Amino acid sequence: MSEPEPATEARRIATEARDRARFEEEALALADQVYRVARRLVGSREEAEDLVQETYARAFRSWRSYSPGTNMRAWLLRILTNLNVDRGRRIQRTPQTQVLEETDYYLANKVASAAGEEALEQDLVVERLSQDSVVNALADIPPQFRDVVVLVDIGDFTYADAAQILDIPIGTVMSRLHRGRRALKQRLADEAVS
Amino acid sequence: MSGDPCDRCETLLQDFLDRTLTNLEWAEAEQHLAGCDYCRRRYHFEETLRRYVKSSAAERMPPGLMDKLEELRGLDATA
Repeated sequence: MSEPEPATEARRIATEARDRARFEEEALALADQVYRVARRLVGSREEAEDLVQETYARAFRSWRSYSPGTNMRAWLLRILTNLNVDRGRRIQRTPQTQVLEETDYYLANKVASAAGEEALEQDLVVERLSQDSVVNALADIPPQFRDVVVLVDIGDFTYADAAQILDIPIGTVMSRLHRGRRALKQRLADEAVS
Repeated sequence: MSGDPCDRCETLLQDFLDRTLTNLEWAEAEQHLAGCDYCRRRYHFEETLRRYVKSSAAERMPPGLMDKLEELRGLDATA
């Protein structure tokens, strides 16, 4: 075994520094989108900030394990959701509210019976639900459902991305997503008709 | 198709909006929606609700966080 030529070694180091800087810039450009998802997975802004910082610290330390050309946003979220589960910081409301299996028209039916069928066509949903109530309802659904709803409906991830991020089968993503959305509507229903 | 057509349409709602129905199911939903105000209103409501949930849940990154993340650059596994 021979030592690499000094010139070759210098070139290797320069290439690596450039790849690394490029990786860091690409990751930082996604910070706002990463924060947006993080914020809905934990209970407070401070926790979301901590989680995002821990995620980036780990990402920057393990940048070599990222394969260029693959979905970096999903890669970052995979780190983030793992950290979140490890730290046990997921919003966990107690007592755990039961997920009832209300059907998909449940909330619409509630609104219709309170405000009339026409209310469904005029975008009255905005007037009947405050933004806070949406945030609270999201926080109130069981964490395994919330993770999927937040990734797909807030983070715009595909089923396949969500499956990869959470390391669960795609069929599980779909069933949790469907149940999570129904659970969300059930919680919003109380507010919508009050 | 057996059972109540509106119940059937309700079960297709989420996949319809996610665009994950098969062509056959899609045609089935479209055909029912064309003739059913009850279901059409509920589909419209669900679509509006999804947009509203998304915009309500979106919260921008707090000022200052980006600087903290920038400071993490150059962190190494050996550090």
